[in-house]
Amino acid sequence: MSELIDFLIVAVVLVAIGVYGLVVKRNAIRMLFSIEIIANAANLTLVAFSRGIPNAQGQVFALFSIAIAAAEVAVGLGLIIVAYRLYKEVDVAEYKSLKG
Amino acid sequence: MADPVFIAVAVLTVGSAIIALETKELIYGAIALAICMMGIAGFFLLLDAPFVAMFQIAVYVGAVAVLIIFTVMLVNTQGLFTSKEDRKRKAAGITLMLIMIASLGTLLIVSGLNQHQAGFDLPPIDIKALGQQMLTYYAPVLVILGLTLAGSIIAALALARREEVEQQPNERTD
Repeated sequence: MSELIDFLIVAVVLVAIGVYGLVVKRNAIRMLFSIEIIANAANLTLVAFSRGIPNAQGQVFALFSIAIAAAEVAVGLGLIIVAYRLYKEVDVAEYKSLKG
Repeated sequence: MADPVFIAVAVLTVGSAIIALETKELIYGAIALAICMMGIAGFFLLLDAPFVAMFQIAVYVGAVAVLIIFTVMLVNTQGLFTSKEDRKRKAAGITLMLIMIASLGTLLIVSGLNQHQAGFDLPPIDIKALGQQMLTYYAPVLVILGLTLAGSIIAALALARREEVEQQPNERTD
């Protein structure tokens, strides 16, 4: 039987991988992947604590968080497409000006 | 000690998360990200939260992964490969990752969470309680969440719209 701390350690490892991706990668789509991995680790922590207490609120928050993440991905990909049209590039190092 | 199913799901999730960030081609990375989300859904099943697991599969694997794959297809081929990666920055990133894992992991193990017997042997949360919470106490949040989703979808559509199409001469006579 697995315990609470096992899930938390997996979440910590996922957050660390996401931070590594955000720091190292310069591809905008890959940075979005990293953000998704971090958000999923947060959801895993919420549901793990909700099972450990046990209390339904953690699961409710996880559901809301998943829905918000879906909205965030939609807007983020729209921004990436606009930036790609302007610069013909998905490398964030090339996005140098805020000019439209 | 953790059971073998947990270890298998953990290896699948962490491994595919690493593959999603490290593979050369972006489309394989998107597929690996979808597999990582499936692994998280497996964790939710292990935590006796089947409704959240179902939601996770429907939203992340069904919608987000497909959206990312379509965006990868829209971006042309030279943007799909991660070019020129600074070796020094990569080493610094891996060091930062290992420091984060070590420090937070030590904090978790020292914190005494593993001595405290959590309620994993208590009965799991009933799905009825979940629905009751969402429709009574959290009902305003649910409404605002729906409005947020609608607004963000409209915003994404407005962002991704091509404006040159409208500026082309209109040949219809109306």
